[in-house]
Amino acid sequence: MKPGAMRTEALLITKEPYYEPQGEEIALFEGAYRNKIPVLLKGPTGCGKTRFMEHMAWRLKRPLVTVSCHDDLTASDLVGRYLITAGDTVWIDGPLAHAVRLGGICYLDEIVEARKDTTVVIHPLADDRRVLPIEKTGEVLSAPGEFALAISYNPGYQSVLKDLKQSTRQRFIALEFDYPSADLERRIVDHESGVGDEIAAKLVRFAAMTRNLKGSGLEEGASTRLLVHAAKLMVSGIGARTACQGAIAQALTDDPEMLAAINELSASLF
Amino acid sequence: MDEFRPLTAAEIEDWLDEELDAALSLRRTSRQAAISLSSLARDQQDFVRHWIAIVAKTNPELAFHFANHAADGLKRMAKDDAEAWIIQTMDVYDKMGLYPAIAALAAVEAFAAGRAERARAVALEEVGPVLELFLQALSGRPLRLERGARPFTDTTRLFLPASIAERPTREENLRLYKAMAAHLWAQTWFGTFPGSDPERLMNHCRSSRDPDYACELFHALETIRLDACLARELPGLYRELRALHNRPPPARAWQSWSARLEAADATVETTYEAAAALYGEPVPERRPYQGILDGGAVAVALAERMAQERAALQAALKKLLAGKASPPEGDDRRRFSAGKERSDRNEPTLLFDGERLTAPADVRALMQSIRQDLGEIPDEYLVPAGDGDYAPESPKKVEDVWKGTYHEDGAFLYNEWDYKRQHYRKEWCVLREVDVHPAEEPFVAETLRKYAGLSTRLRKTFEALRGENAVQRRQKHGDEVDFDALIQGFSDLRSGRELPDGLFLRHRRLARNIAVMFMVDMSGSTKGWINDAERESLVLLCEALEILGDRYAIYGFSGITRKRCEIYRVKRFDEPYNREVRARITGIKPQDYTRMGVAIRHLCGMLKGVEARTKLLVTLSDGKPDDYDGYRGEYGIEDTRQALLEAKRDGIHAFCITIDTDARDYLPHMYGAANYAQIDDVRKLPLKISDIYRHLTS
Ligand SMILES: Nc1ncnc2c1ncn2[C@@H]1O[C@H](COP(=O)(O)OP(=O)(O)OP(=O)(O)O)[C@@H](O)[C@H]1O
Ligand SMILES: [Mg+2]
Repeated sequence: MKPGAMRTEALLITKEPYYEPQGEEIALFEGAYRNKIPVLLKGPTGCGKTRFMEHMAWRLKRPLVTVSCHDDLTASDLVGRYLITAGDTVWIDGPLAHAVRLGGICYLDEIVEARKDTTVVIHPLADDRRVLPIEKTGEVLSAPGEFALAISYNPGYQSVLKDLKQSTRQRFIALEFDYPSADLERRIVDHESGVGDEIAAKLVRFAAMTRNLKGSGLEEGASTRLLVHAAKLMVSGIGARTACQGAIAQALTDDPEMLAAINELSASLF
Repeated sequence: MDEFRPLTAAEIEDWLDEELDAALSLRRTSRQAAISLSSLARDQQDFVRHWIAIVAKTNPELAFHFANHAADGLKRMAKDDAEAWIIQTMDVYDKMGLYPAIAALAAVEAFAAGRAERARAVALEEVGPVLELFLQALSGRPLRLERGARPFTDTTRLFLPASIAERPTREENLRLYKAMAAHLWAQTWFGTFPGSDPERLMNHCRSSRDPDYACELFHALETIRLDACLARELPGLYRELRALHNRPPPARAWQSWSARLEAADATVETTYEAAAALYGEPVPERRPYQGILDGGAVAVALAERMAQERAALQAALKKLLAGKASPPEGDDRRRFSAGKERSDRNEPTLLFDGERLTAPADVRALMQSIRQDLGEIPDEYLVPAGDGDYAPESPKKVEDVWKGTYHEDGAFLYNEWDYKRQHYRKEWCVLREVDVHPAEEPFVAETLRKYAGLSTRLRKTFEALRGENAVQRRQKHGDEVDFDALIQGFSDLRSGRELPDGLFLRHRRLARNIAVMFMVDMSGSTKGWINDAERESLVLLCEALEILGDRYAIYGFSGITRKRCEIYRVKRFDEPYNREVRARITGIKPQDYTRMGVAIRHLCGMLKGVEARTKLLVTLSDGKPDDYDGYRGEYGIEDTRQALLEAKRDGIHAFCITIDTDARDYLPHMYGAANYAQIDDVRKLPLKISDIYRHLTS
């Protein structure tokens, strides 16, 4: 058993998380929520999916339970398991069951990373039955109206082994995320770091350059998250090139030629 | 003797007398040599003595000459270069005898200069890969790097010298490469060659009294403008440019024009105005990175690309239109338009009936490229292609297809999809399996040598894939106690039920259980580079797959007409990767046409018979399906698409790799059921294909 695997953190967000909408995703999510339809967030890493969920949880005033899925995540890690306490066994809800009881929003991040058999436990929750059967206790949890399920998925990775099954994906309303437009992204980077408009604009330009390399040796270009990291380093006094090298180039690749090219780019921009 | 104190001339002379005895006489002493060597540091003296002793064993006379030149050599060169000099001398001695060797020793100055140049020279081969990435990142549109005597660009390719050694250090020569590449990129990015008039520069020069001078003048002025653009957009790069070149202040007549060219609103028009105004003035010294201009080459490349991109965009729009409802009767307004934002920073947007449309990535790249040439997407580019507007195909020469009689027994018969009738033509294709004729050439070894670096890198990444661990829960025996199971069991016990017997965890390596079929295009059009790249890729793949232990098979396909479809065996699933297989890979030769559908059907049939959790068909081709008897255009595309849909129904994942330099609009449709990748640079195939495979299966 992994310590901490059961520690469920439900977060009631009281302060508005900063979120710049890219399109109509807020209205779409609210629509899905009202109609009790689960939501699938698609998009590359670091483009604001988690932030969006925090924002929506705040808007809808529901606690948010986030689970980062990994390839060893089992159904019991989600649903719950027995623990021994003082010679007795007690049942402890996993994050999913916890969110259902609470009427919160459960966000399963990177769902395709989880083992295939794990994905199936969300099926009855994700269609109009809206129930979570707990096999081990024989209980069937029925989700209250406030409960919502959201999952995220990055379609960029082409592995045939990690494709989301049709029977899973067709239960969801899909919201597509991408890196924000240049103006928006500049505003985000500036807001998150306080680096100032001019440098934020350069970082955004830098990101666009790395995104041009996608498919030519880079799996992904620099995400908004990486830009925010670099900007924060600069605000704390680190030189622009060094910040880009550490926060962006090295985070993107280990390939020496690619690193050299990316470092040449930041050296050219700053 | 003190270990660090330099030896005195007398001490050296004593030592030399003994060592060089056979070469010395009363009139020829080691005095001079000893004096010159006494001026060296002790470690240099030891180095020289070491080598004198060695050379003397070969030839005392040569050693005597070496002793006399050694001090000079060591003053000019570091020890490892000096060592190369000695070894070269010995080589000359072995091959040509004493006197040429003595001459080689005496040429120490030239040798040292050559070594120094080698040490500071930078070759395109080493910087090319990084520069290519750099350029691609700058503009999104790939600029192909090629070797050329002088640096210039035709807007599609960028030519750079094979090596640069003109600067005193390696570091500066590297900077010079980057500066040249960036400057040429700037020509393509900041509008030196507007697509609206591809022949502009060529005509401008030709119509002048002195075309060469006109070109030089334009180039000098344009370089002022471009450098200013770079200073604004890429200040770091601009600092590097400045560091390479001490720029004299502009001549009087140039001053006001310089200022205008450096202003943010200057365009190439400003440059043409300046060129007219300053005609006759002496042209200032070239900036070291500016290269040359070739208006003629630009005109050709630009016109060709624009025609091709226009057709590609129109065809893509036609495809996009296919899914839309038709407009109300009588409304014949244009339906596509482009967002009018004139900023290079944002991607161009595509509007449909005034609404923003998320275009596929390839269409966006196309629009970006068009805007780079024209500043905007002209309305006439936004008219979808009409029906049957496929790019005209080059007529293939008629071959004697039907010669001989065809025995269909022993052959496989396959249906083919006729999209016009919307059903299959029954048993339409006759397919035979034949062996590739093995070739005994050192191709495999050469490939492994050529890609030694890549091959080790691949090996590492593939090794990492192999070692996935998995934990099996609730086992009867195992490495650890399964606490989950135990606790559940405990509660079962308490409630009066039985203790289950699976209470352990077991670690095991997850067997990958993947079977992959590679289907390789052996059509005539692969002749040359593509065929080489295919074979090289197969070699690297096999090496990598051997590490993974995935089951794999390789078959080639080609043929001519539906009556003679051929599948070439290279490696069967149950065959080890052995000498025979390597010889067959070597022997893969271009054959006839590309009838893809039947090949996919045949190989999928084979793949279906293999027990594996994941089945993968990877096709490798150089473009459009094509056969002699009408299997071209939409017919071939639709049949290929259909065959891939069939594969999908059978639980086979198909992935198609197309080696093609043109952005083809039909690919997404044809490969509908499959994922695909388009590779526009054959040289990258070996790298790409292994990369793709890794992604597909991890
Ligand atoms: N639209 C946005 N509004 C505000 N901040 C944003 C937005 N998009 C990105 N960010 C910034 O980018 C960072 C990364 O975003 P986030 O963590 O939400 O990415 P993600 O899509 O969840 O990535 P992953 O798939 O890797 O989990 C945020 O912390 C935030 O600083
Ligand atoms: Mg996230």
